[in-house]
Amino acid sequence: MSTLSERILQGTAGEYVDRKVNRAYVHDGTGVLTLEAWKSMGARGIRDATDLHVIFDHIVPANNSTTATLQHELRDFACGSFFRFSDIGGGICHQLMSEGVVMPNEIVVGADSHTCTLGAFGAFATGVGATDMAAIWMTGETWFRVPESIGIHLSGTFTGAAEAKDLALTYVSRLGMDGASYQSLEFIGDGTGVIPMDDRLTLCNLAVETGAKTGMFYADEITVHYLAATGQRVQKQEPEPCTYAREIGFDLADIIPVIAVPPRVDTVKPVSDLVGLPLDQVFAGTCTNGRYSDLARFARIVKGRKVAVRTIVVPASRAVLEKAIETGVLTDIVRAGCSIGTPGCGPCLGSHMGVLGEGEVCLSTANRNFRNRMGVGGEIYLSSVATAAASALEGEITEPEVT
Amino acid sequence: MKGKGCAVCAGADIDTDLVIAGRYLRTKDHKVWVAHVFEDLDPSLASRLDGAVIVAGKNFGCGSSREQAAIAIRESGVVAVVAPSFARIFFRNAINIGLPLIECDITCHEGSPVTFDLTEGWVETGGVKYPTRPLSKRMQEILAAGGLVNYWRTHG
Repeated sequence: MSTLSERILQGTAGEYVDRKVNRAYVHDGTGVLTLEAWKSMGARGIRDATDLHVIFDHIVPANNSTTATLQHELRDFACGSFFRFSDIGGGICHQLMSEGVVMPNEIVVGADSHTCTLGAFGAFATGVGATDMAAIWMTGETWFRVPESIGIHLSGTFTGAAEAKDLALTYVSRLGMDGASYQSLEFIGDGTGVIPMDDRLTLCNLAVETGAKTGMFYADEITVHYLAATGQRVQKQEPEPCTYAREIGFDLADIIPVIAVPPRVDTVKPVSDLVGLPLDQVFAGTCTNGRYSDLARFARIVKGRKVAVRTIVVPASRAVLEKAIETGVLTDIVRAGCSIGTPGCGPCLGSHMGVLGEGEVCLSTANRNFRNRMGVGGEIYLSSVATAAASALEGEITEPEVT
Repeated sequence: MKGKGCAVCAGADIDTDLVIAGRYLRTKDHKVWVAHVFEDLDPSLASRLDGAVIVAGKNFGCGSSREQAAIAIRESGVVAVVAPSFARIFFRNAINIGLPLIECDITCHEGSPVTFDLTEGWVETGGVKYPTRPLSKRMQEILAAGGLVNYWRTHG
């Protein structure tokens, strides 16, 4: 009997296999190097049997003429080839691929480490570098080492102010930054049945912070329903008994609001231990927590009040932004004094639109708090959306209220 | 494949943001990455990398998939990186651009000679010879070709 990874990759854990890739994507950051590598390989054509995407999300709009020139070249290439191209403002690559593109059982490769996010659909989705991607453009396939899997049993339901991000940071803390190296995480158990797709994406997003190749949920009723709303008909995946390298369990009722303290994602403390820590910036968004349900939760907390610290909110995609406009969520956020960024990665990677100054402290809903990542000498604390919103109102780390 | 260099010791869980910061990525000029390699970890490291074997702790290269990290290390003159474990995307990237990685937990003596033989599967330093975890056949072929670009130039 097979794990979900073994089933999709059609191999046994530890085995090396060559597999066709169903979908492959690059962004403006990794696409430039991919194009260079593809040219160096002889520019021998594009294997259009694979669904190929070029998605501009990392520095959108371009921050200077150097970036603009690099983007210009990649844009011209993408528009003249077999690629589906998404220009600035369309949104984050992983988010766009989650809006009715990636399907269960597919093999999906992205030139970005957080490609693991899409395992939420019961796909095998993992990140590669630029040169690997160039070869995938050319051949439509790549090699994989079929990973062993860690089974993460979920039971119960969230209580209080805890949310999926708190569970994500908690499991990263439990496993450590390399606790799942070369392995995949499979979320299983009754608790998965109460976790909506947005939250599954958040949970799979953090898998790479444990060194994992991917994080995965079996496609179930929730997956089928979510994809049906995008016009896609898919089948559920039935779990079968299988052998996990290791199994750990979480009762969702035990999860409390937590924060990852810089400079490691696996250094996690209860929010209550950090209450009162002064903040210079709050950032809500990214491929971790920039989806509509995240913005709606943020808006519910700040509605009718004013933030006490500069606060940047960046929707993960144009679709998220449109829905936030239609429902009034965006109005609530703007009236609370927040700045809104172009759909994309925002300041997460420290390139623009919210870079930190020396000695500044940011509370962010992103997935990485590495040293200097958002600016030299800046410190990044990672939290849930609810904790970020509550803290923005006070200008210091604050426990989210139970709603 | 054999090689040798002088040990440069580094810690555990060194992420690719620390190898080359995001603020230096928007260029195709490899010299920019060489000029700023490891800047946020230890600015003095860059001057010691030519002819070096980096001996790091576990999980080297974790975080972002940025291939510029592996390129910056190789183009700084690093002969190989030895660590008990590597983050998997960095692992693929390094082999793909022709930077040898050696999975082995060895004691680092700063500045001491480190010799290795990937084909025979050993690394030696400080008078101790350690067996290494072998690369897959495919990775050995890619590395022997000098990277994936050359591999595909000569295959298919």
